[in-house]
Amino acid sequence: MVREITIGQYYDEESVIHRLDPRVKLVATLVYIISIFVVNTYIGYIFVALFLGVCVALSKVPVKYIVKGLRPVMIILLITILFNMLLTPGEILWKFGIFRISKEGLKAGATMALRLTLLITGSSLMTLTTTPNNLTDAMERLLRPLSKIKVPVHEIAMMMSIALRFIPILLEETDIIMKAQMARGADFESGNIIKRAKALVPLLVPLFVSAFRRANDLAMAMEARCYRGGEGRTKMKPLKYVSRDYIAYAIVWLYLAGCIAMRIFM
Amino acid sequence: MSMTLDHVNCIYSADTNHSVHALKDICLTINDGEFIGLIGHTGCGKSTLVQHLNGLLKPTSGQILFDGEDINAKGYDRKALRGKVGLVFQYPEHQLFEADVFSDVCFGPTNLGLDRKEVELRAYEALKSVGVDDDDFYNSPFELSGGQKRRVAIAGVLAMKPQILILDEPTAGLDPQGRVEILELISHLHRDEHMTIILVSHSMDDVADYAERLIVMEHGSIVYDDVPGEVFKNVRELERMDLGVPEVTYIMRAIRRIGYDVDDTTTKVDDAVEQILGLYRDKNRKQDI
Repeated sequence: MVREITIGQYYDEESVIHRLDPRVKLVATLVYIISIFVVNTYIGYIFVALFLGVCVALSKVPVKYIVKGLRPVMIILLITILFNMLLTPGEILWKFGIFRISKEGLKAGATMALRLTLLITGSSLMTLTTTPNNLTDAMERLLRPLSKIKVPVHEIAMMMSIALRFIPILLEETDIIMKAQMARGADFESGNIIKRAKALVPLLVPLFVSAFRRANDLAMAMEARCYRGGEGRTKMKPLKYVSRDYIAYAIVWLYLAGCIAMRIFM
Repeated sequence: MSMTLDHVNCIYSADTNHSVHALKDICLTINDGEFIGLIGHTGCGKSTLVQHLNGLLKPTSGQILFDGEDINAKGYDRKALRGKVGLVFQYPEHQLFEADVFSDVCFGPTNLGLDRKEVELRAYEALKSVGVDDDDFYNSPFELSGGQKRRVAIAGVLAMKPQILILDEPTAGLDPQGRVEILELISHLHRDEHMTIILVSHSMDDVADYAERLIVMEHGSIVYDDVPGEVFKNVRELERMDLGVPEVTYIMRAIRRIGYDVDDTTTKVDDAVEQILGLYRDKNRKQDI
């Protein structure tokens, strides 16, 4: 059940994308997200989708696996489409009671859905190909200039990496607790919304208890090893750019330039 | 009320590069009133196997029959099945959630749709049978000791009056005293309440004293399925699997090696004591003559 959630999980594989410096991937993802909102024509979206498709192919992550990860956000997508469709004023195509579907709404809904799908697939490709540790390392390096103005960059990165580290653990724990309660006849899947919310209590209480216990243990273990934050701390594996990273940067900037050019000239 | 597994396979994350073949073609029959010890190293698939028995996991292929009915068939009442095939998970922390012990034990029978009176009666009986004091009934389950928590967790499943009781590593993390108490409790449920027991463990010493049948698993397959005495004859193989044989069997083998005639497949401490005392009696008799 819970195991099916793949968003934010790392997919281990040997590929060019996996080997790229995490900073490149982080910047590339940001650029990619910007590009989605830069383009506004069909050809533009095809270009973006093509770029994403090439990246996915290079990453060797099975398409099936990525699509499976999209499933949980389907609900959000559907709601977006629905609201855009019903609430955008314009030329009315179809009318039923208080519901009106306009041509502009239909278009806005489709665009929104397309953008969201591209956005989620793109950013999940980053987390699928980058380990949480690498990701936070990259964050820390990219944000380092901010520490000059007293932003606790290292602490933020540490919190992020702990949070990311705990996602799979808590998911697994949720799975076990759900099973343990289902073994006692708990039912998480049927009934109305109130009944379902109530059914979550036997799941949430043990989950919170264990999360707090784990947090406590971790704090204790860090304390026991004299952890004291960022200043003067060195890395075992410092991030270092190699030639493929520069090439990747070049491709990414060219891609953004292409998107902007399309917006201006088409 | 027998349970049959017919060529059951289970594959996790089937369509990815980290797929795991957790169960390989398992065929198994669990008869009424048996006490089965299910042994295997961490990750051998024993927990996966028991989660199939009450329908928590669905086999990738193969069938599981309870009373001749396929439990994964459409429309089969799996909630009722979970009342009949009780599964106690390894850590009680994973299931205790209520504000007090008594209401926590009530959770299971309430889910079965019984009326309030019957629920409370069953909860009371279950708590009594696992030996929880009346004084502890209205304490928070989170304040109990490890052994007590485990008792309450077992009571939580017992209150559903299962015919088959499966316990996943019930002695993990307990001190020696707590361990013996839990094992005694399980043995009592088998002897006096005639419950079918499946005890999952990775410790031979846990199961040797009580189980009537041993199932040894490795890499998702059943390697041995026999009475303990027969299984423990394969010392070499069991040691290769990092399981070994019970301490007492090692002692009996050592005694035999130095030339005394004892049964080196003994698995129960009481039997061993009897035999060693017998040796002394023989020796004394010879000296008298």
